[in-house]
Amino acid sequence: MNVLVFVKRVPDTESRIRIDREAKSVVEEGLNFIISPYDEYAIEEALRLREAKGGKVVVASLGPVETLATLRKALAMGADEAVLIKDDRKETYDPLRVARVLAAFARNRQADADLLLFGRMSVGSDNAAVPSMVAEILGLPQANVVTRLEIEGATATAQREIESALEKISFSLPAVVSAQKGLNEPRYETLKGIMAAKKKTIPVLTLSDLGLPEEASVPQVEVMNIELPAAKQAGKILAGTPEEAARELVRLLRTEAKAL
Amino acid sequence: MILTYIEVRNGKVKKSSLETLSEARRAAAAMGVAAEAVLVGYALDGALAEVRSSGAAKIHLLESPELADYSSQGYALALEGLVKETAPAAVFFPATAMGRDLAPRLSARLGVSLASDCTAISVSSGRLAFTRPIYAGKALLAVTLPASPAIATLRPNVFPLEPETSVEAEIIRKTVAIPAGAVKGKVVEVLGESGAAIDVAEAEIVVSGGRAMKGPEGFTLLGELAAVLPRAAVGASRTAVDSGWIGHSHQVGQTGKTVSPNIYFAFGISGAIQHLAGMSSSKVIVAVNKDPEAPMFKVADYGIVADLFQVVPALVAAIKALGA
Ligand SMILES: Cc1cc2nc3c(=O)[nH]c(=O)nc-3n(C[C@H](O)[C@H](O)[C@H](O)COP(=O)(O)OP(=O)(O)OC[C@H]3O[C@@H](n4cnc5c(N)ncnc54)[C@H](O)[C@@H]3O)c2cc1C
Ligand SMILES: Nc1ncnc2c1ncn2[C@@H]1O[C@H](COP(=O)(O)O)[C@@H](O)[C@H]1O
Repeated sequence: MNVLVFVKRVPDTESRIRIDREAKSVVEEGLNFIISPYDEYAIEEALRLREAKGGKVVVASLGPVETLATLRKALAMGADEAVLIKDDRKETYDPLRVARVLAAFARNRQADADLLLFGRMSVGSDNAAVPSMVAEILGLPQANVVTRLEIEGATATAQREIESALEKISFSLPAVVSAQKGLNEPRYETLKGIMAAKKKTIPVLTLSDLGLPEEASVPQVEVMNIELPAAKQAGKILAGTPEEAARELVRLLRTEAKAL
Repeated sequence: MILTYIEVRNGKVKKSSLETLSEARRAAAAMGVAAEAVLVGYALDGALAEVRSSGAAKIHLLESPELADYSSQGYALALEGLVKETAPAAVFFPATAMGRDLAPRLSARLGVSLASDCTAISVSSGRLAFTRPIYAGKALLAVTLPASPAIATLRPNVFPLEPETSVEAEIIRKTVAIPAGAVKGKVVEVLGESGAAIDVAEAEIVVSGGRAMKGPEGFTLLGELAAVLPRAAVGASRTAVDSGWIGHSHQVGQTGKTVSPNIYFAFGISGAIQHLAGMSSSKVIVAVNKDPEAPMFKVADYGIVADLFQVVPALVAAIKALGA
C-alpha cells in the first residue's frame, strides 16, 4: 500500500499576523513556520498504514525552498521519501492553483499511490478545498474531515464529522482522504529518525518538471486587500454578587443586545 | 443569475441554506440579476415545499435514485450539468460539512477557484467581492474571482435571513443520468443523527466551558443552562475535550468547529487565539472567568469576574425567573 501525503508549510498558529503596506499580503519576516497541524494526522495515518500493510510513504509539498525543513520533519517522523515542488510565489490563497500542481505531481510522478492523504485544512489560508479539488482533477473519490479510516483490500470506509452526526462513507481506492483531529495521535520524531532524515536527499522539482507551463499556475483568485479585523470595544464588566451579575446579564442580553 | 445550493438532509432543508439564499438575493439585486436555487437528491418534494417562496425566481430539482445518498462525485456531476446550461455568474453554498465537501469538487470540475467560508459579500462595479477570515480570523481577506462562475461557501449564522415572499418560484425538474462508474464513493450510513441534539455549529446560543469545568460533571452543569435557553448547545475548549470531559464534536476553535451564534458564553476559557478562531464572529460574547486579565474579556461584550460554579446556577435561576 503506497501512500502519498501532502503537507504545507504554514505560520505557527500562535503567530501575530502583520500585513504589508499595500495590504495585499502578510509579512513573512519574523514568522515561525510549522507543518500545518492537520497534516501531521495525515502523516501519522500513512505511517500506521505502512506499518500494518507494508508499502511506502512519500511526502510532498509545494512551497518555497524553506519547505525543505518542513519535509525533513516528515522524514524524521518516519516517511520513506520526501519531494519538494519548488514555488517562489507568495501565498496566493488560490486552492485550485495548488490542486492543479499537486494533481499533476500525483499523476506524473506517483501513479502507484493507493491513497492520497491531506490535512482537512491548511491553517492560514483556511481553504479546506485542495483535497476535494485534487480528487476531482484525478477522478478519485474523496472523504474529507475524517476521524476514522479502515481499509480492506481495494475498498475503504471512513467516518467523518457532520452537523450533529457522523457520516460513514464507503469508497474504492485509489482515493483522497483528508484528516481531522481525532483520527490518531501523531508521533514525535525520534533522535534516530532525525539522524536518518538528515541522510536522505529531498528531490526538488519545478513546475515545468511536472509538465505545467508557468501560465497554468497563475492564480485565479485576485486579492483586493487583507486587513486586520476591527478591534472590538471593551465590553461591560458586570459587578455585584454572582446572583446580581447573572440577573443583570440576563437583563442586558434581552434589552440591550436583544439576543434573548 | 446567482445560483444557491440548497442542502437537504433527512428530507429537510438546512437553515444555513436559507441564509445563503438570502444573501444570494441581496447580491443578485445589487447586480440586477435573478436569484435561483437548486436542490439535488431524490424525492425532494417535502424539501421543495420549504423553499418554494423563499425568494428564488426559479428552483431547479435535480433528481435521481442514485442521488438519494450524498456523494461528492454524483452531486458535482449533477450540478455541473445545470451550471453549463444556465451559466450563473456565481454559485453559493452554505459552508456546512456538505457544502465544504461539494463546492471545491464542483469548482475543480468547472476549472474555477473558490472563496471558502465567507463572512461578507459585496458588489462593486458589477463584480462580486468575497471577504473571508484567514489565519484563524487574525486577518480578513477580500478577493474577487475573475473566472465564471464565482463559487463561494458562506459561513452559517452570519448572513441574516430575508423574509419569505408571496411569490412562488417556478419549478424546473430534471432527472439526472449518472453514468456507471462515475461515483466511486458515497455515504452509506449516518450515525447518531438525532433530531434533539443541536450541533454547536448550528445552535443560536452556545454555552462553552474550558479547563475550569474540572470534569464531565462541569459539563452536565452547562447542559442545564443550555436546556433553559432556546436552541442552545454545549461547546468546549480543546483542553476540556482532550481531557475527555466531553466529545470532540463539541470542540470550538481552530481544530474544532467554527461557530457564530447569537450568544456565545465562555465559562472558564482563557481565550487562546486557537479558541477565538472558532468563535470570534459570534454576535454577542459573554465571558465568565475568575481572572480579570483573561484574554477572553478583550473580545467579550459582557464579562463577569467570578467563579463560574456560582454564576452558572445563578444564570439558570435568572432565566427560569423570566419564564415564571
Ligand atoms: C495547533 C493548535 C490548535 C489548537 N486548537 C484549539 C481549538 O480548536 N480549540 C481550543 O479551545 N483550543 C485549541 N488549542 C489550544 C489553545 O491554545 C489553549 O491551550 C486552549 O484553548 C486553552 O483551553 P482553556 O481556555 O479551557 O484552558 P486555560 O487556558 O487553562 O484557561 C482556563 C481558564 O479558566 C479560568 N478559571 C479557572 N477556574 C475558574 C473558575 N472556577 N471560574 C471561572 N474561571 C475559572 C482561568 O482563569 C483560565 O482563564 C490549540 C492549540 C494549538 C497549538
Ligand atoms: N502548498 C501545498 N503543498 C502541499 N500540500 C498542500 C498545499 N496546500 C494545501 N495542501 C494540502 O491540502 C490540505 C488542505 O489545504 P487547503 O485546502 O489549502 O485548506 C492541506 O492540509 C495539505 O494537506
